[in-house]
Amino acid sequence: MTTQKPVVTLSAYENQVHKAGRLWAGMALAIMLMIPAAICIYFDAWPPLSALLKALVGVLPMYWTVGIIEVFTFVPMLGTGGSYLGFVTGNLTNLKVPAALNALQAANVRAGTEEGDVISTIAIASSSIITTLIIALGVFLLGSLQPVLESPALKPAFDNILPALFGALGVVFISKNPKIAIAPLLFMVVLFMLVPSLSKSVSILVPVGALIAIGVARVLYKQGKLGKKA
Amino acid sequence: MAFSVNHPFLYLLSGLVVVFILAQSVHFLVKAARQARKLNIASGVIRKTILSSMLFSVAPAVSILVGVITLSKFLGLPFPWYRLSVLGAVTYELPAATLAVSAMGAPVTETITDAATFATIAWVMSLGILSGLLLVLFGLKKIQGGMVSLTGKDRRWGEILQDALFLGMISAFVGLLFANVRAGLPGFIPIAVALMSALLMLVCGLLIKVLKWSWLEQYALPLSMLGAMALSIPITAIMGGN
Repeated sequence: MTTQKPVVTLSAYENQVHKAGRLWAGMALAIMLMIPAAICIYFDAWPPLSALLKALVGVLPMYWTVGIIEVFTFVPMLGTGGSYLGFVTGNLTNLKVPAALNALQAANVRAGTEEGDVISTIAIASSSIITTLIIALGVFLLGSLQPVLESPALKPAFDNILPALFGALGVVFISKNPKIAIAPLLFMVVLFMLVPSLSKSVSILVPVGALIAIGVARVLYKQGKLGKKA
Repeated sequence: MAFSVNHPFLYLLSGLVVVFILAQSVHFLVKAARQARKLNIASGVIRKTILSSMLFSVAPAVSILVGVITLSKFLGLPFPWYRLSVLGAVTYELPAATLAVSAMGAPVTETITDAATFATIAWVMSLGILSGLLLVLFGLKKIQGGMVSLTGKDRRWGEILQDALFLGMISAFVGLLFANVRAGLPGFIPIAVALMSALLMLVCGLLIKVLKWSWLEQYALPLSMLGAMALSIPITAIMGGN
C-alpha cells in the first residue's frame, strides 16, 4: 500500500463513525448503569451508602486515572472506530491494542491514516466477536472445560501470555525503531528490576514509556537522525 | 426474590450484554470492511485481517475465561461473565471486587450469599471502570483534534510520534518481564518465553522473505505467541517454576 491519506480533517466516513460510536458508547454506558440498578430492583437489595462510598474511594482514584491515561495513550493507536469499540469491549492492553498493532503491521498501513483506522477497527471487531463467543461458550461448557483450563499442566501457558505476546510484538517494533526504543526499554527494565511491585501498575507506566520515547524521538528527529520532514 | 449468585435473572442480564457487544462489533466490522473496499484495500487483506485477529484472540480469550472461573468462586458465573465481556479486565475486576467485599465486611474466599453485598460489588465494579468510556463518549473528537495539531502538517513527525507511542507501550511490558529476576532462575521464565516468542517471529520473518510465504505475514504473531505459550510448559519445568 503506497498512498495513504493522513487524517487531518474529518472525512464523511469518520463523521459517520463518530455518530455511530457515540450512540453505541452511550448505550453501553446506560447498560453498565442499568445492570447494577436492575440487580438492586429485582432482588430488592440496596447497597449501604457508607460501604459503597468506602469501596468507591478505594477504587475510583486509581482506576479512573488509569482509564483516562489509557484513552490518551491508546486512541492514536486504535483510531476512531477502534476506540469507540475498544473502550466498550475492554481488555485493551492484553488483547485489543496488540490485535490492532499486528493488523496494521501485517497490512502495511499506518495508524493515524484512514486506511489504518479501518484496518484497526476490523481487527478489534473481529477480536471482540471471537473473544465474546469463546467466553460465552466457555461459560455454558464450564463443567467439562474447567478441569482442563485449571489443570496444572496448562498453568504455565496461561501464566505466560503477556511474555509470549510482547516478545513477538516487541521484536518487530523494536527492530524497526531501535534508536527510539533503547531509552524507554532500558528505563523500564531497570525500573522493574529495582521496584518489582510496580508490576501491578504497568498501565500507569505505559504513558511514562511513551513520553520517554517521544522525547528521544523528538531530539533524534531534530538532529536529522530519523529521516527528513515530509 | 431469593438471591443466588447464579440466579437465572443474572444470566439473562449477562446474555443481553453479550448480544449488545456482538451487535456493536458486527456493526463496526461491516462498516469498516465496506470503507476498506472504498479505499481500495484488497479483499484478501480484509479477510486475512479478520482471520488473523480472530486466531490471535483465541489464547487471550481462553485466559479471560480462566479469569471468569476465578471470579466465579465468590461472585458466581453470570456476573463475572458480564464484567469480562464489557469494558473489563481481570487485573481490574479482582481488586475492585475484593475492595467492595472488604468494605462490606464479607470474606473474599466464600461465595456471596447476601444480595446487598452483591449489589455493592456490582455498583463498585461498574462505576469504577467508566472513566475511559465517558472520556471516549464525550471527548474523542477533541482528543483526536489535539493529536492532529501535535503533529501539524509534518507527516514524517506524525509517523514517528505513532511509533514512539507503540514503543512506549511495548517497553513497559518488556520491562515488566524483568520484575522477578531477583527471585532467581524461575524469575527469568517470562524473559525466556518472550525470547522464544521473538525467535519464532524472526523465523516467520525469514520464511516470509526467503520462501516468499506472504500468507504467513498475517499469522506470524498469533503463531509465534501460541508457540511460545506451548514452549513455556517445558521452559517452566526446566527452570524450576511452579
